[in-house]
Amino acid sequence: MRFELKDIQCGYSNQAVLQGISFSLEPGEVLCVLGPNGTGKTTLFKTILGLIKPLGGEILFNGENLIHWPRSKMAQVIGYIPQAQNTSFPFSVLDMILMGRTAHLGNFASPSKEDKKIAERAIDTLGISYLTNRIFTELSGGEKQLVLIARALAQEPKILVMDEPTSALDFGNQLKVLSQVRQLADQGLTIIMASHVPDHAFFYATKVMLLNQGGLSGLGKANDIITEERLKALYGVNVKIIKTGIHLYDSEESELSMCVPLPLQYNKSWGLK
Amino acid sequence: MSNNYASRDGLVEAKAERNLRLVYIFVVLLPIAAFVFSFPLGRYPISIPDLLSALAGKVFPFVHGPEGVINTVIFQVRLPRILAAMLVGAALSIAGAAYQGMFKNPLVSPDILGASSGAGLGAALAIFFSWNVAGIQIAAFVVSLLAVIAVYFLSNKIKRDPTLALVLTGILVGTLCSSFTSLLKYMADPYDKLPAITFWLMGSLATVSPKNVISSFVIMSAGGVPLYLLRWRLNVLSLGEDEGKTLGLETGKLRLAVIICSSLLTAGAVSVSGLIGWVGLIVPHLARMLVGPNYKVLLPVSIAIGSVYMLLVDDLARCLTSAEIPLGILTSIIGAPFFFAILLRGKKGL
Repeated sequence: MRFELKDIQCGYSNQAVLQGISFSLEPGEVLCVLGPNGTGKTTLFKTILGLIKPLGGEILFNGENLIHWPRSKMAQVIGYIPQAQNTSFPFSVLDMILMGRTAHLGNFASPSKEDKKIAERAIDTLGISYLTNRIFTELSGGEKQLVLIARALAQEPKILVMDEPTSALDFGNQLKVLSQVRQLADQGLTIIMASHVPDHAFFYATKVMLLNQGGLSGLGKANDIITEERLKALYGVNVKIIKTGIHLYDSEESELSMCVPLPLQYNKSWGLK
Repeated sequence: MSNNYASRDGLVEAKAERNLRLVYIFVVLLPIAAFVFSFPLGRYPISIPDLLSALAGKVFPFVHGPEGVINTVIFQVRLPRILAAMLVGAALSIAGAAYQGMFKNPLVSPDILGASSGAGLGAALAIFFSWNVAGIQIAAFVVSLLAVIAVYFLSNKIKRDPTLALVLTGILVGTLCSSFTSLLKYMADPYDKLPAITFWLMGSLATVSPKNVISSFVIMSAGGVPLYLLRWRLNVLSLGEDEGKTLGLETGKLRLAVIICSSLLTAGAVSVSGLIGWVGLIVPHLARMLVGPNYKVLLPVSIAIGSVYMLLVDDLARCLTSAEIPLGILTSIIGAPFFFAILLRGKKGL
């Protein structure tokens, strides 16, 4: 499997927000998209999901341009996890996850026993069987996000697209969701995720893409791409990047880095001892 | 420990399934009970044995049912009226339930796209030009559909969230239709046609004939059957435009199908009964409180409750006083406090 964006230009009604976006991903890769508010992360994601047509370029899945695919075919390849879900109807968690099966069901069909098994497998993968019979609208933000990931898994896609999936979560839930993302990638899913926290990219991403006004300002491995200078240029703030000495895997490269934000009026003479 | 949880979950599930079976029995039995119960009611008394022998006489040619007036009252007056009430209640409830999902809003009723205002204008036009009863119904039906078609095409011109565009143009066309209806009332003969228009707008099933029942059954089936078959997908549509699409739903096509089906249902209902409010709003709420929001179960339960509710209200309309009370008035008088009670009962319905 290979997922590729070739020179994508995207935006609304012929006004391009982003230009010249190209990357390619293999199974198991996690691409983290970083960029300040308003650079067009959501526009790019909507384009990848087929919600808005690209103004130029190609989106290729195994070499096939998927821009004109029917929805159901597309949903069998790309699953989406929204930032937040605000339905006003009190669906049960199981019903919610079963809706992930839509792309595999005929127009007049409803989920079968087989679909239910697939949904239950997704529930087990995320370890949230204690939520199965709860009401979705009554869950906490973190629990909702885990249910939405389970729903995307029930969809059985090859690629998961997540638009800031942890932005509404507390410290612990952020980590739980991100750890799940890592595990899913280890199982062979390709993941594209937007984030506001560069630390997240150090933690789970195999690739990082930096977006600045108009287009790409960096693409590659997190340790190479996320530098103090680039973050300063991108967000206009002072950041110190520190090697923690913690290794997530058994290799020299996997040493975890962290961003330490500094006050805007940071004075070099304060020094770092 | 985890085993404990698993078995408890199993128990919960078994209990839920048993409850669902009870609900299904209730869905089948309640309308039948209400149907039988409604025959004896009315100014001309009919006993249950009379009714049974009349029905048997109709079904089996070798049984001699009662003759004369009883037969006429049962088959020409009561039966069409009972069936019409049940059909209208069921149709408005399905359309209401479907629209509430499509508009992601539990406070939506089936006339949100101008179907009722259109029907009102059509009927007012027909009465103004002195058409007969059939003409009034056809005009109401046609203008009702025209109103919705206008809403649909106008909304496509607005480059916004499509459901929001539909709501806004629905208000626009609905208000326009009501204004023209008011104009017709203003110009109509105040001794003859004005009361006729006003009375029609209040809703009634007093003049329903067997022919009406058949034609509205055909129209409502044309709308109701596809909607019933598509019902599981309504869940996904209720999550919203973008989410539905990313789950693999052709939201544009499904929305059009829901609009066509619900409009046939609503136009079919109001062209027979006149304007009847609240039913399409309340019944889906009540059904959602009983069985939750999953359309797979919600729609059949809405049909059952809707048909029974409408039938009982119509029973009241014809029995409460010696003069008939207009149906639309009764549904609101009963509906408003009832709705408040539902809202007080908590969030499950919403």
